[in-house]
Amino acid sequence: MNKKLLEVKNLKTSFYTHLGEVQAVRGISFELEEGGVLGIVGESGSGKSVTSLSIMRLIDSPGVIKEGEIIFDGVDLTKLKKSEIADYRGNEISMIFQDPMTSLNPVYKIKNQMIEVIKRHTDMTTAEALERAIDLLKQVGIPDPVAQINDYPHQFSGGMRQRALIATAISCNPRLLIADEPTTALDVTIQAQILELLKQLQKDTGMSIILITHDLGVIAEVSTNVIVMYGGLIMEKGTVQDIFYNPQHPYTKGLHKSIPKPHAKNDERLIPIKGSPPDLMNPPSGCPFSSRCDFAMEVCLTDAAPGYKISDSQSSACWLHDAESPVVEGFKKSKEVL
Amino acid sequence: MGNYYIKRLISVFFTIILIATITFFLMRAIPGGPFTRERPVSPAILENLEKKYNLDDPLIIQYLNYMKGLATFDLGPSFKILGTTVNELIVEGFPTSAKIGGLAAILIVSVGVPIGIISALKQNSIIDYIVMFGATLGVTLPSFVLATGIIYIFAVKYELIPPTGLGSWKGYIGPVIALSGYSLSFVARLTRSSMLEVLRQDYVRTARANGISEFKVIAKHALKNALIPVITYVGPMIAAILTGSFVIEKVFDLPGMGTYFVDSVSNRDYTVIIGMTVFYAAFYVVMVFLVDVAYSLIDPRIKLDS
Repeated sequence: MNKKLLEVKNLKTSFYTHLGEVQAVRGISFELEEGGVLGIVGESGSGKSVTSLSIMRLIDSPGVIKEGEIIFDGVDLTKLKKSEIADYRGNEISMIFQDPMTSLNPVYKIKNQMIEVIKRHTDMTTAEALERAIDLLKQVGIPDPVAQINDYPHQFSGGMRQRALIATAISCNPRLLIADEPTTALDVTIQAQILELLKQLQKDTGMSIILITHDLGVIAEVSTNVIVMYGGLIMEKGTVQDIFYNPQHPYTKGLHKSIPKPHAKNDERLIPIKGSPPDLMNPPSGCPFSSRCDFAMEVCLTDAAPGYKISDSQSSACWLHDAESPVVEGFKKSKEVL
Repeated sequence: MGNYYIKRLISVFFTIILIATITFFLMRAIPGGPFTRERPVSPAILENLEKKYNLDDPLIIQYLNYMKGLATFDLGPSFKILGTTVNELIVEGFPTSAKIGGLAAILIVSVGVPIGIISALKQNSIIDYIVMFGATLGVTLPSFVLATGIIYIFAVKYELIPPTGLGSWKGYIGPVIALSGYSLSFVARLTRSSMLEVLRQDYVRTARANGISEFKVIAKHALKNALIPVITYVGPMIAAILTGSFVIEKVFDLPGMGTYFVDSVSNRDYTVIIGMTVFYAAFYVVMVFLVDVAYSLIDPRIKLDS
């Protein structure tokens, strides 16, 4: 195993709205090694974006990181001052977002926005930064970077804008790139290209990536490790192989059943997960998935399950893994709790 | 681009002609005339007067004559203020109005925009509440209340400024503040809401995520976008306040354009009304044009020639 780059411990992030506290992330822990690609998958409102914004310390009022540590390369990011975290952003840790159409400032040229970031984190002169920016655009596949760097964002297509944003994000050689649904707003062909680009960049630079998505296909394409989030908690984590070939949590299994398969027979129907996600204003005291789970037991309604260790790489937060629970086919028993 | 300016110039030209025409016929449609008195003037005198000012010609001839004058920037004689032309009235009144208005415009932009920004940045703080309370007051308070209030408190009670006239620089303080009150409050509110909207935009988050300093995020990334609606308002506003405010000029007894304008309506001083209206309209159209140019400078998505 490589060196640990990021370690999130018991992170809790809440938003204090007029109506009450929304507990978006309710105590999650995970780690990411240097050069690893971690996929965080979950449906809307599962807390995956808030997790990534917490790492960047981009949670705006009324949101607060209530508890927990985010240790990046030995430094707890939650303890840093605003000015100190700004030195990390775009430099050590970069982030790209869901909607490339609105993520670039419409009134400044691509050139201006890229050079600004490069000069912020390096000692380069404007001319050097410009050269670097052109190289980066070339690297991310902008066809004519020398001319197109002088364009305004509205002259770029969605895919090109996301490329420009990626180029900016990697301009200072970050050790961690957080991609929050980077392909959601793009059409399928461009989606594949952007994922391919991220994979290639990861290989070339050796940076770590956290890829947030609700699309299991995207995760399978790029990630080495996967976290499945639901209701502000981690349901299951493991390697891509674990999650795709040996899912252990009822929610993960449910997700797999709800994905269309290319070779399905005509009469084979998709099995959706019935119900809707929990209200995080009043989160259930038990497992957040219990109300939608076919296997829910009494204990599931009152207590959230701890993460049971399934293998060295995999863990699942479900009571079915407990030795005292009934034996159900497809759920391994585990003696070890993380 | 050049093409655009030519098209725009032509449209400005027609707009002014149209405004002059509408004003001309509207005024004539109102009962009474410049020489209507409570005690009727004898028909012979009236006839002579109307003859002197060519008011006995058919309306269409009068109109054509007026437009001919307008084409050479001759706005005609005043019917009421003897021996004075409308051009002279404007030359006489406009500098005062423009001075007060210009200072007010500077005050509005240089104070209204910053406090709007601060208010947005400190949203829901005590500063924000105070600013918004003041701004709401400023928008709702009629200018004559504000003006008389200023005179009462600062001129009469504490004798800090003269109550009327522009004898010393202190004389400007009252009228400029009274004239600014409404627009300053409006600009502050507009800047605040626009800024709040822009601060929620994805590109502001991108800038922060790239480690750009908070000052630069606000001053560079947010402000330029937030100013677009403010400019929309400020352009025409400048035209309105530079050409004089009747209320402020009356209350502070200033020899500006606004007084003539309103007096001329009740006096049916046809030429003065049309002249002043056309002057104001021309100013307004120019400001709107400048706003459009400013848009194209700020927002690259706006192209003037397409």
